[in-house]
Amino acid sequence: MRIESKAQFESLQAQARARYSDAQAEIHVCCGTGCLANGSKKVADAFAAEAEKRNGAGTPQLVVKSTGCHGFCERGPLVAFKPSGVLYTKVKAKSVEEIVEKTVEEGQILQRFLYKDPTDKSRIEQYADIPFYKHQNRVAMRNIGLVDPTDILDAVAEGAYAGLAKSLFEMTPEEVIDEVETSGLRGRGGAGFNTARKWRSCKKAPGDRRFVLCNGDEGDPGAFKDRSIMEGDPHSVIEGMIIGAYALGAHEGYIYVRDEYPLAIVNLMIAMEQARAYGLLGENIMGAGFDFDVKISRGGGAFVCGESSALMLSIAGKVGEPRAKYVHSTEKGLFDLPTVLNNVESWANIGAIIDRGGAWFASMGTEKSKGTKAFSLVGKVKNTGLIELEMGTTLRHIIFDIGGGTLGDRPFKAVQTGGPSGGCVPESLLDLPVDFEKLTEAGSMMGSGGMIVMDDRTCMVDVARYFLAFLIEESCGKCTPCREGLRQMLVIYDDLVEGRGKPGDIKRIERLAKGMQLGSLCELGKSAPNPVLSTLRDFRDEYEAHINDKACPAGMCRELTAYRILEDLCSGCHACFNACPVDAITGEPKSLHTIHHDACISCGACFDVCPDQAIETFPKKELIATEVV
Amino acid sequence: MTMEHCAVDLGPATEILAAYPPEEASLIQVLQDVHRAYNYLPCDVLGTVAKTLGVPLAKVFSVSTFYKAFSLEPQGDTIIKICVGTACHIRGAGQLVEELERQLGVGPDETTEDMKFTVKTVNCVGACAMAPVMIVGETYHGSAKPARVGRFLKETEADHAD
Repeated sequence: MRIESKAQFESLQAQARARYSDAQAEIHVCCGTGCLANGSKKVADAFAAEAEKRNGAGTPQLVVKSTGCHGFCERGPLVAFKPSGVLYTKVKAKSVEEIVEKTVEEGQILQRFLYKDPTDKSRIEQYADIPFYKHQNRVAMRNIGLVDPTDILDAVAEGAYAGLAKSLFEMTPEEVIDEVETSGLRGRGGAGFNTARKWRSCKKAPGDRRFVLCNGDEGDPGAFKDRSIMEGDPHSVIEGMIIGAYALGAHEGYIYVRDEYPLAIVNLMIAMEQARAYGLLGENIMGAGFDFDVKISRGGGAFVCGESSALMLSIAGKVGEPRAKYVHSTEKGLFDLPTVLNNVESWANIGAIIDRGGAWFASMGTEKSKGTKAFSLVGKVKNTGLIELEMGTTLRHIIFDIGGGTLGDRPFKAVQTGGPSGGCVPESLLDLPVDFEKLTEAGSMMGSGGMIVMDDRTCMVDVARYFLAFLIEESCGKCTPCREGLRQMLVIYDDLVEGRGKPGDIKRIERLAKGMQLGSLCELGKSAPNPVLSTLRDFRDEYEAHINDKACPAGMCRELTAYRILEDLCSGCHACFNACPVDAITGEPKSLHTIHHDACISCGACFDVCPDQAIETFPKKELIATEVV
Repeated sequence: MTMEHCAVDLGPATEILAAYPPEEASLIQVLQDVHRAYNYLPCDVLGTVAKTLGVPLAKVFSVSTFYKAFSLEPQGDTIIKICVGTACHIRGAGQLVEELERQLGVGPDETTEDMKFTVKTVNCVGACAMAPVMIVGETYHGSAKPARVGRFLKETEADHAD
């Protein structure tokens, strides 16, 4: 059915909302990439089979939906029940029949599937009461987990395209931009440029043909909010783009999705096809006389293509080498025509902003950073996953209340934000309220919203070295400061982690960093020294230990670290013996084990599996010293 | 490049090219489809792509070597990707790469002699919550431990035998 008017859209909405009103229960099985890896496809199939058995002819009693990522990937596969609000974690396909019988039919809660609070070991029944969810406020991710991304009516029932209807029938393009301006929305891709200002600058550019683009090239390692939005609620992105196109008078758009996100591409294609069939995308949208269509452009696996000018070249079929920034893409962008490029999360916010008003959005957040922000909370933290919070939430609250603290309650060291362009925020700044300005002041940046928690077993020299190695691979090679600067820095870092560091190395690193900041063509090169400088500033003692003592305080750099078993603590559980990849550990079960240093490669596998904390690290040079004696 | 590599059937490539407008803007999308059809970019096909789209062969090569999704060498039946994004790195992705090297005798970007496996490292697949992640063929394995690598490989070989 094609929607030809506002009234028809409203009746579609009513019809979509009434669709399951008679159902006894809805079962939402998370089918995000995380849960899929844990076997959620089998779980969803089992629920569907079970529902089919029980549903007779007529209106279904049990509705099973495969939804996008609920965010709590650590506990997957996740299954949520409506209307009861109960959440089951780590559900296996073999338990599905029992769950339907007991929980759905008899209303009995099966304790073993409930989330167990790691602090007080209590079981929590309700989705909304779990600390991981309780503190969240979802706008961009408002429908993820509630809707089946392959069913447009699900999205419409939850309010998708309502903002579009309002724009097309009640607002002029100028009023749409005003509303976005009121919201204070800033680009969610990392730089935080004011969205309305970007739109105005494009709108002013001369010419009839202009483009609206979506940046789904989420390359920052450790970030996956855009993937989850595109996979779990593709309609929010499409709706946002249509509203943007209407405001700008654009009729063509592209969504650039990175090659590593195959499911996002599939779900976007399905969503676009369904939107076209309902007349919500394409010619004469909702009968309002506005035309706009969007194409998908698959990336080729190049981090630099997340940069705006490189992305546009890549859509045009060229090599993604950025150009200098004095030419604005709002005036000369894709095919040298005026172009607006916004991040996935920015677009996903637009529909809600128009529907509920810019003032509502601006009522959340801090003075200069309005609204909410999606983050991926990963690394050495208990509750890993995807969250969305009001801007201004403190890092401590995010990591310790929502994230549940560090893995194994090891001492917290730092949290890395902003990907390879960001930095590491140390413990002393944990009470920092997170927004664009505050993270920049702390020597890091917002970036794609990745937060990687690091504990005492993370070597900060190695982290900086990791980002350099990452960027060398991803640098396009066009400008010399970036291409050669990274290489020279890596040479020094290799020396540091392998015990060849010498006095003066820190100075040399700082000089190279300055040169790259001043001389690089694009942000990739200009911001590449950030992880280096931020670790140098807050963790200089670790650098000095590597250079002066030839020791890695975190016990991670292999050339500097050796392992030994503590006699008093070893219970002889044999776990280390089994974990050692090079058979460097000997010992019988229930007796003391020994690490043989001639064979040991210092990989740390034994350390990670030891349940008794009976393995410790020590500087390798002590070993060499004793051998000489 | 040996002649052997070039002895390929151009049929699938011709079909792919027919589906796109013959212009430079189609280049990356065409190469992606070609890569999917042949599991690499054979040199003969690149010549055909260049001619059909009216793009110099040098430019086609430039694009083929710039983007990491493309390989100019034939790849193994199963591609093993180890995510080396930050979250995976600090949770031990390096140990997985080493374990694969021990078991298969090949490092990143190399293919086993029997053409069964190609090992690749990728910079973040966006499944950071389950770090470290290893993708064997199409299957994602979260919280992957070196001790489980052998089992992943056996499961894949068993799948292929079916």
